[in-house]
Amino acid sequence: MEGHPEDQDQSLMSRVREGTGESAYKCYQCGKCSAGCPLALEMDYPPSQILRMIQLGLPGLEEKALGSLSIWLCLACETCVARCPKEVDLPKIMDFLRQESLRRGLTHPTAKNIIKFHRAFLDPVKYTGRAFEVGLIADYKARNPISAFQDVLIAPKMFFKGKLSLAPHMIKGRGEIGRIFERAMKKESKK
Amino acid sequence: MKLGYFPGCSLLGSARELEESLMLVAKKAGMELTTIPDWNCCGSTAAHNLNHLLSVSLPARILALADKAGMKEVLVPCSACYNRLAMAQYELLENPDLKKEVSEIIEMDFEGTAKLLNVVEGMEKIFGEDSVLKVEKPFEHKVACYYGCLLVRPAKVLKFDRPEDPQSMDRLMKKIGADPIDWPDKVECCGAGLSVSRTDLVAKLSGKILESAVKRGAEAIIVACPMCHSNLDMRRENIEKAAGKKYSIPVLYLTEAIGLALGLSEKELGLHRHLVPVVFPIREKKAEPEKAESAEESAGAVEE
Repeated sequence: MEGHPEDQDQSLMSRVREGTGESAYKCYQCGKCSAGCPLALEMDYPPSQILRMIQLGLPGLEEKALGSLSIWLCLACETCVARCPKEVDLPKIMDFLRQESLRRGLTHPTAKNIIKFHRAFLDPVKYTGRAFEVGLIADYKARNPISAFQDVLIAPKMFFKGKLSLAPHMIKGRGEIGRIFERAMKKESKK
Repeated sequence: MKLGYFPGCSLLGSARELEESLMLVAKKAGMELTTIPDWNCCGSTAAHNLNHLLSVSLPARILALADKAGMKEVLVPCSACYNRLAMAQYELLENPDLKKEVSEIIEMDFEGTAKLLNVVEGMEKIFGEDSVLKVEKPFEHKVACYYGCLLVRPAKVLKFDRPEDPQSMDRLMKKIGADPIDWPDKVECCGAGLSVSRTDLVAKLSGKILESAVKRGAEAIIVACPMCHSNLDMRRENIEKAAGKKYSIPVLYLTEAIGLALGLSEKELGLHRHLVPVVFPIREKKAEPEKAESAEESAGAVEE
């Protein structure tokens, strides 16, 4: 087989390249991404180590990267790629790793709430066309009962400041939006 | 003057005052903002975390609707929406296969010809060189202009200002009489999308930003993004709890600060919607003679 070494197998390295067009081989491990990352200290592995795990592709390491908390803490603030001397689009790779981690059922246990929040955000978008802050919080709390009392003091304040709209906004193209969701979900799950 | 307009979901709820102040300033300048008909949510952080095609398709529908309405330029005041729309537009124009796939998903032809403007670019247009607007009440405060991440990065895609030390908001603030400080955290991340699911981390990151601005003498933080505003303003109690100290510094949208300088009232600009009251330390030389007494009282209160 010809071409890039990454294209020759189904390693995480080649999956990343296929899914994002980015090559983890570009990285020479200078650590600039980890130095600038606002949440590197909270992560189980700093961003440069996640890239290293993909580069090495050793048994167990790929699963470690996909099962890490780091990929879910990444804020996509784009500081790493702004400062990377090799212009490795790490936020794009992180997006791919999150989705691959969901596909393979490897998500870190502590990331479950973050994922629940993202899903609670998207549900009203799917059915009404727009995000709905009140519904989002209620939905998130239903999915994550431990959080039931979090933010109970801030909600009435927001209401009296006129910051909460109590009814969702329904757009006319709800049908189109529903179909966009269906098609995107179906296509991504097959990747 | 006319511009297309994409409000985004948060401007209908938690960031209402951004829309209120923007609309008032635009109206005063004679700028007409036309909303994209039947616009949808951009998908925000959630979509690009969970599903790449969805994160491109939702903005693609918005952009296609703007094209259909013949909009040449679209103002997107929320930095998060602006970033998602610009990223999707860039990716789709770079990748013809993806463009074809997404056009099928959204059941519309995607051209992506409309130019996107963020809120700072919008204000530069509305309040630019040849603007009819006059500063009536100079906003004479030391301010920290906080740009956040989504307004300036990635530079390759957004092509707006300097990614590490942007100046555009600083220039607008100077124009209304404010004194913008130099500080290192202009483009640090506030924690954005983790606000609800990991409030502990957002409190830490946002606290660092507040501390840095206060330490350098800022009397207000000026923001452009609803996520930054909600984390620095609505999350103030969480920040204070994590930091073990109180912060009274108010957080204003740049549209609110400009509105105040143009003589618009606090109420119509929506300043009462903030959780942190918009009050400034009163400097003695600024106090008018008949108000000197009450000024001294409030100055005393702030010092506490």
